Amino acid sequence: MKPREIDLSTTPTDEDIAALKLGDVVYLNGLLYTAREGVYMRALEKQANIPMELPSQSAANFHCSPAARVNDDGTFDMGAVTATASFRFAKWLPEWMQKTGAKLIIGKGGMTSKDYKSYFVPNGAIYLSTVGYGTGALLGRGIEKVEAVHWVDELGLAQAMWVIKCNRMGPFIVASDLNGDCLFERENEKIAQNIERVYEGTRPATLKRYGETDDRSDEVI
Amino acid sequence: MISIEKIEETALTLMDKAAIEIPQDYLDGLKAAASTEDGDLSSFVLQAMLENYEAAKEDRRAMCGDTGVPRWFVKMGNETQIEGGPIALEAALRRATAKATNGVPLRPNRVHPLWRTDHNNNVGIGAPEIEYGYEPGGEWIDLITVHKGGLFGSDYRMLFPSDGIEGIKRFYLDSLMAFGKRGLACQPAIIGIGLGGSKDICMTLGKRASVLRTVGSRNSDPKIAEMEDEFKELGNSIGMGAMGFVGKSMVVDCNIEVGYCHTGGMPMSVHAFCLSSRRAVARIHSDGTVEHRTDPDWFTDYQRRDTVEWNPVREAAE
Ligand code: SF4
Repeated sequence: MKPREIDLSTTPTDEDIAALKLGDVVYLNGLLYTAREGVYMRALEKQANIPMELPSQSAANFHCSPAARVNDDGTFDMGAVTATASFRFAKWLPEWMQKTGAKLIIGKGGMTSKDYKSYFVPNGAIYLSTVGYGTGALLGRGIEKVEAVHWVDELGLAQAMWVIKCNRMGPFIVASDLNGDCLFERENEKIAQNIERVYEGTRPATLKRYGETDDRSDEVI
Repeated sequence: MISIEKIEETALTLMDKAAIEIPQDYLDGLKAAASTEDGDLSSFVLQAMLENYEAAKEDRRAMCGDTGVPRWFVKMGNETQIEGGPIALEAALRRATAKATNGVPLRPNRVHPLWRTDHNNNVGIGAPEIEYGYEPGGEWIDLITVHKGGLFGSDYRMLFPSDGIEGIKRFYLDSLMAFGKRGLACQPAIIGIGLGGSKDICMTLGKRASVLRTVGSRNSDPKIAEMEDEFKELGNSIGMGAMGFVGKSMVVDCNIEVGYCHTGGMPMSVHAFCLSSRRAVARIHSDGTVEHRTDPDWFTDYQRRDTVEWNPVREAAE
């Protein structure tokens, strides 16, 4: 069965978000911005003024740094864009969402259902995962224009806040919903049923490690 | 004598090719995986990946926005002379790396580990890594660039002889389970396993097994080659596919390399070369001709030699 495809605005309504189901494929239109540890630390820990109107301009936060170049005339060229693993940003996200009204968190690998239930759902937000995750060239095609880049001098090209105008950028997969359910955990549960069989004929290492778990249905994130 | 200009020019082309063109062996491997994959979401992901490689080539843009950490493997025939010597060679490779970062463009991923300072050109202390190998005879230089991505998917563990093959399998599966969930390793991957050596060499062997051997290649030791087949099969029987969705394409291929180790131990490393298995190779001959290819052909009989002297003629006669 092919997944369903949906066009979504980067300033979605509550109804738009409520209509999304785990595993739906989404293409984005409108402005999105990149923000990861550099931006979070600067905006939240150092209290710097965020150089955009959020969420009115954009409610879509992409955990990404693009492959981009700054031209001599100060303009930018962006080649490919690819997400980075989001679980590392759980520390900052609750405060970020409160402050910016972000409704779409886009990245790699998703968060835990605990994260979704504790601060995504109360903020009316969901998680979109990039596909693959290496579909950088396809996503690059969805860039209509680089609108602006903020904090390059302070944070460098990779950590800067890039503002991108998207034209059917995608594909992305809906990885959480307004119940706080997690697509990846759902898949993990199905895979877990097979673990015992796969591990037959193996043995635990003679030398143990601190903090080691033997429960393969656990995750390491 | 090989001209330094030729080296830099070739290196620049290689940087571009590696970032944009998926090697044919990996592509064939992924197509084979896509044709048997029956998980809904996994299939969708593999199709998107195949489209992505096409888009990258058509648009001449990087296949993945994370363009990894560019590095170099250099191999030379025993008679090779380089204009300006090894110092000039290293400078040329560093220049090509910096220029390509701005040219392709690539993402300037390399930062200082503590101060997070960024030269915006993928060059810095120890970056790009440049490693060397030599072959008996010939006057040529092979330039191999690998743009390895992925903070996840590699691990090291000191096993012991008593752990045996069962222990090796356990650690292999553990690595796939840990990093395959949610697709952190960006599988289907070329999994490289390093067995033996000292700790650092064990890591090196595994890394090279994943990035310097192609999909479909087999170790010259027939028993290890059998293990490679078995491990590929084992990894794909977990029930996990692309992005950690239910499926059966986790491992495009499994390559194993070994080195002699301390008699008491059996160190093991596991590495994953991701969906963007980026490598590009060129041989420059002393007459200035350049041949491009995607197979690094690193693990020759000479690299895997286990004798004091290298005397292939005598060995062949035995
Ligand atoms: S691991 Fe590979 S495919 Fe995944 S984001 Fe990094 S470079 Fe891209």
